[in-house]
Amino acid sequence: MTALTNDHDLHDHDDHHHHEAEAADRYVFGFWLYIISDCLLFSTLFATYAVMGQSFGSGIKPEELFDLGFVAVETALLLFSSFTFGMAMLGANAENMAKTKFWLIITALLGLSFLGMEIYEFVHFSHEGATPQTSGYWTSFYSLVATHGLHVTAGLIWMFFLFIHFKRDGFSNENKIRLACLSLFWHFLDIIWICVFSFVYLRGAM
Amino acid sequence: MSSSETGPGGQAHGSVKEYVIGLILSIVLTIIPFYLVMSGVGSDTFTVITIVVAAIAQVLVQMVFFLHMNGSSEQTWLTASAVYTVFILLFVIVGSLWIFEHLNHNMLMGH
Repeated sequence: MTALTNDHDLHDHDDHHHHEAEAADRYVFGFWLYIISDCLLFSTLFATYAVMGQSFGSGIKPEELFDLGFVAVETALLLFSSFTFGMAMLGANAENMAKTKFWLIITALLGLSFLGMEIYEFVHFSHEGATPQTSGYWTSFYSLVATHGLHVTAGLIWMFFLFIHFKRDGFSNENKIRLACLSLFWHFLDIIWICVFSFVYLRGAM
Repeated sequence: MSSSETGPGGQAHGSVKEYVIGLILSIVLTIIPFYLVMSGVGSDTFTVITIVVAAIAQVLVQMVFFLHMNGSSEQTWLTASAVYTVFILLFVIVGSLWIFEHLNHNMLMGH
């Protein structure tokens, strides 16, 4: 971030605006590479889940526990939060702080509700006798779904700090880059969730 | 702000229309597999294929309408790294399944 904050003496010239845009491009592309490595992390977790797909042992099976109505609500929360983040991005592009903050708060609330539902679900499953220790299947289930949940948690914490940044510096170049990176991250989490509800919940409930 | 203007990372900025289209397509592609599994209509094979196709389609929809990926020349690196990732992803998942299928098979045969 130091390189970013050193750009402040360049503001006055068009040429320098161009440099700023190029720097922003580089930062966001760097973050994109992180997203890709995160994708690989999830691919190993999905592979583990697929390999462990039938390893129930004497433990409870997923079709006895999965409640698709519940998962549909979780899915809706995350999908709409992806959409509202898009609205926040449009607000930021128009340099409209009230709009950006409003949509960011809605996004955070949707993300928080999703997280609450996921934690409730884990507690419920544990009570019904499906803990990470129950069988190979449940170990891989919790590893995969909880890793996604941890990412959502990280996204929410990030959103909170971004809010403070916005309050302090408004639409500075740095804050715009931060928002663009968080937007990539948040949409990425929704894309991972598509795979989770399809291959874990829908497939597991059949 | 026109939708063709690009922002950080060579990504286009997007417009309300684009996000709404993405949202509607995502909702449709979510409801179809949920409906098939919850109602139980259709054979198992048909349902599984629909789940896979709808998931892939929805991932693509979100990449285009939410992440604004369009394969244009400003996005060469973005697209190249994404395609590379898909290959690695397939190697990891299909490869693991393949290896373990063989292992399970050989174990059950008592070798």
